[in-house]
Amino acid sequence: MKVAIFPPNSMILADMIVRSGHEPLVVQKEMQKKVTSPELDAPPFNMTEEDPINGLKYAAIEVPSGVRGRMSLFGPIIEEAEAAIIMSEAPYGFGCVGCARSSELTVFSLRRKQIPILELEYPTTRDDTIEMVHKINTFLDTLENNNQEDMADD
Amino acid sequence: MIKIAQLSCGTEYSGVQKEIEKAAETFGAQMVMPDVNLDDIDEAYEKFGLSCASSSLKLMIARAMSLVEGKNEADAVFICTCFRCAEAAIARNEVRRLIQNNTDLPVVTYSFTEKTKASELFIRMEALTTVVARKSILAREKQEGLTLGIDSGSTTTKVALMENNDVIGTGWVKTGDILGCANDAIQEALEGTGYKLDDVDAIGTTGYGRITIGKDMGAKLIQEEISVNSKGAVYLAGAQKGEATVLDIGGMDNKVITVNNGIPDNFTMGGICAGASGRFLDMTSGRLGVDITELGPLAQQGNYRNAILNSYCIVFGIQDLVTSLAGGADKADAASAACYSVAEQVYEQQLQEIDVREPLIQVGGTSLIGGLVDAVQDILGGIDIIVPEYSQYIGAVGAAMLVSGLIDSDIDDSKRF
Repeated sequence: MKVAIFPPNSMILADMIVRSGHEPLVVQKEMQKKVTSPELDAPPFNMTEEDPINGLKYAAIEVPSGVRGRMSLFGPIIEEAEAAIIMSEAPYGFGCVGCARSSELTVFSLRRKQIPILELEYPTTRDDTIEMVHKINTFLDTLENNNQEDMADD
Repeated sequence: MIKIAQLSCGTEYSGVQKEIEKAAETFGAQMVMPDVNLDDIDEAYEKFGLSCASSSLKLMIARAMSLVEGKNEADAVFICTCFRCAEAAIARNEVRRLIQNNTDLPVVTYSFTEKTKASELFIRMEALTTVVARKSILAREKQEGLTLGIDSGSTTTKVALMENNDVIGTGWVKTGDILGCANDAIQEALEGTGYKLDDVDAIGTTGYGRITIGKDMGAKLIQEEISVNSKGAVYLAGAQKGEATVLDIGGMDNKVITVNNGIPDNFTMGGICAGASGRFLDMTSGRLGVDITELGPLAQQGNYRNAILNSYCIVFGIQDLVTSLAGGADKADAASAACYSVAEQVYEQQLQEIDVREPLIQVGGTSLIGGLVDAVQDILGGIDIIVPEYSQYIGAVGAAMLVSGLIDSDIDDSKRF
């Protein structure tokens, strides 16, 4: 299944999803398309005036351009998502989008979708970390079962 | 190469980072991002004390702290965040204060949208690089010798002749042929002073036509109007120390500049429509059948509440005026409403974008319209407003004052362009 993650650039969450046989939807993939595009030359992410305009699909015109620019990257991921893992209170090193309003809108957009979602708080102790890994793996296994049951129904 | 530290949030996702770098390069400057360790971000942010939910703003604060603590070096600071983000607006303003209170680095702040182009950033970068490269020139607080300042504006060309810290002659001509108008205004300024152009020790130019006139006349100083106008304003208003705001409601565009010890640190330019400009007041006086010089006193006799005039467009504004007069509105009430309408729009479109600091120095031709000054004061809650003598010649006086510091120097801007 295609699993969206929050923060959308968390390498740890993406890795866990890959190990469970699912496809992680990460913002790096969207960004790769931009930074490797030979036609554009607007470092660091090759984002141009067009991107915040494309973000209007996800946020209104009165929303700051930085939020709309981010949503032009995160929006397609949210649309594609079949499941999601949302990690709150994570430190910068775990992954972050830089903007609190963009985070709120991304998480809300995921919650609004009728898809399985696992919401977690970033662990601060060893025991909490072990429990978090267990919860994520169980959630991902459940998705696999659901997916297989769906295929069996078909 | 001048190094400008960029303290920002959202530029890379708004598609404006390239535009910022392009604007800096145009004026021989380079944007640099102060380096901070990931572990230092929280420490710096907590030390600063402003709670921010966005991590990019925390990074912006940490970068500012690293400049203040001398961990990174720069010649100037450019602080910018997304337009309409309240959290960023608070952080932007507090970071500006932090830099200004703890360093002597010049600062310019800006809020951008995805539509921001390098051309809109040019004047900010030019002002910033001017402040860095010409710090000693901008530090001048009095005029010496016999100097001439020329302000070639889009609507009018103004000239001020100064001698030993006094304005001794002025010229005011509607702008048409750039060089011809400048010559006419110069002759007007020299008239009755007993001096000829050859007697002048140095010439300074500013405004839209500054380079053309400066090159033609061998001006030693050719400088953008933001730094020149703000210097002229604080000089004439006797507010060279501390903070102030300069407001120029012009014929075609409006400028609001905040200054710290006479050095500009933020400004906004332009407006959505000519309904918020001096041109609208000019048309209003024509419609009321009074000279523009009589509009101010007339407005001061009226009450804006008795005439409805609040259109954001010069065409609809005049229609409102016609409707009000047809409905029996008094001329004085209509004049007052026109002044209030312009002041209200300047407030809504520009003054809200800037951290207005007292005293507010109102300059330009429109500062002579008393009704407009009263309306601005009323809208800003009774703020202290200074309209200095020669307020309409602010750019010319600023240029004449600043160029007097170059009389004996090798600097010659007419050879720079």
